[in-house]
Amino acid sequence: MLLDVALLVALSLTLLTALSVVVLSLVWIERKFLGRIQMRMGPMHVGPFGLLQPVADAIKLMAKEDLLSSWVDRVIYWVAPLVVFVPVLMIWVTIPVARDLVIRNLDLGLFYIIAFSVLSIVGLVAAGWASSNKYAVLGGFRAAAQLVSYEIPLILAVLGVAMLAQSMNLVQVVNEQNVWVYALIQPLGLVIFFIAGLAELGRTPFDIHPAESEVVGGPFVEYSGAHWSVFFLAEYINTFAIAALTVLLYFGGWLFPGLPGDVPIISLAVFLAKTYLVILVIFWIRGTYPRLRIDQLMSLGWKVLVPLAFVNILMTGAYLFYGWPAWVLSLLSVAVLAATVWGLSKAMRTAPRPEVTVRIYNPTSEAGHAG
Amino acid sequence: MSLSLAVFYLLSAVCLAGAIGVVVSRNVVYAALLLLVTLMGVAGLYLLLLAEFLALVQVLIYGGAITIVILFVIMLTRVHEFRAMRDNPQWPLALVTALGVFALLAIALVNGAPDETVRRGVSFSRLGDSLFAQWAVPFEVASLVLLVALIGAIVIAREREEGEEE
Repeated sequence: MLLDVALLVALSLTLLTALSVVVLSLVWIERKFLGRIQMRMGPMHVGPFGLLQPVADAIKLMAKEDLLSSWVDRVIYWVAPLVVFVPVLMIWVTIPVARDLVIRNLDLGLFYIIAFSVLSIVGLVAAGWASSNKYAVLGGFRAAAQLVSYEIPLILAVLGVAMLAQSMNLVQVVNEQNVWVYALIQPLGLVIFFIAGLAELGRTPFDIHPAESEVVGGPFVEYSGAHWSVFFLAEYINTFAIAALTVLLYFGGWLFPGLPGDVPIISLAVFLAKTYLVILVIFWIRGTYPRLRIDQLMSLGWKVLVPLAFVNILMTGAYLFYGWPAWVLSLLSVAVLAATVWGLSKAMRTAPRPEVTVRIYNPTSEAGHAG
Repeated sequence: MSLSLAVFYLLSAVCLAGAIGVVVSRNVVYAALLLLVTLMGVAGLYLLLLAEFLALVQVLIYGGAITIVILFVIMLTRVHEFRAMRDNPQWPLALVTALGVFALLAIALVNGAPDETVRRGVSFSRLGDSLFAQWAVPFEVASLVLLVALIGAIVIAREREEGEEE
């Protein structure tokens, strides 16, 4: 039993270290890549190609004074970063990076990941409330509304994959893709999963809850130093997790035509190459698209993605029940996707501009009502 | 004492401590977060009973969705308004209900004691089979009830919206 505990501690430390290295690499790649997009050089002075910049940033964050406002609710304020971070770390227990490189290959792996990733939302809401800052509270509410809404299409998209693979075991899901990856069979599911995943991350164009120009950083506005960096770490580990899940569920994980799928080193290399490609796409979107308005965010989630996800499940069900060849589902999927894109672009071009009444607060005229 | 018994006591202690905290806490936001602790403890107990699926459902539905909705509602109201509402005259009713549920469970447990030598979980696929084949009608009835509740919520929200515009 002592050996078990030692193994557990060793595995946790390895996981934490590996993920921290991944986060450092992501920060560097993001800054360099965004620099390229904006025709800048990005970090270049600390270390060769600015490679040591994230390390310098990390040291700066740790050494920074950890400010604590006098009006915060201390207990919840300190606990909230942990409530966000622990589930983010826990889902890595069952994410395989190669066929045999997984801490515990759970049979209900997919369901486990979904169930635990939801818990982070509680931490964001609690962080916002405990900060007792109106921007933080607004940001916390925005986080709850956005993340709970986009959880639904995400789960429904994952359900489509579970139906195709007849399993919720991630290793099984990857093994089922040795002929055709699910990105080809179910492109509709991929698009829904990726958009909902981006929204779950709260990254541009879905960074509604930390939006600097609206709620000045949202739930994190009162946090600084090491406590803020816990949120930062959680966000980047989550980005990596969503990219890894996209690769595992839709791009065949560690499988690559012509390469053996059972050699851990090759598998790991293939998996990481695919995952970093997906991450580059995520950064590319961040560098290209403006932020959505909150009402656009909600209508995209509820009026477009949720119905599409149900259509995806119905089509997958029909495909499995009648035993159609796989290309039929691909064609149907692409057709629905094309129709949606066409309908949306038409609606966007012809929609009348929303009538917005702007009420300007004038303190002198309402002085009599104040109180 | 076996390991599973130790874990059982630990989880039960977490559940009970959380539950007492929910009732005693003077701050409703603390109460809601402590409720989350209790619900997670219950999920752990399910896991101990080899009901993996139920444990995950507990985390997803109660830990994720329901706690967030409760927090949302509490935070939209002002905390000091709850100070006056901490005590209310319904406690005898709650006591009777709690004792009734306890009696029912105790009777069921004493009369139908399960065979303790058999400890095995039900596989996820068997659970799905029995839910959608053997118990399809109750399952559909339950989903119908949820659908009615959903439509009811929308109807109530819409009526108010139209009333404001008039």
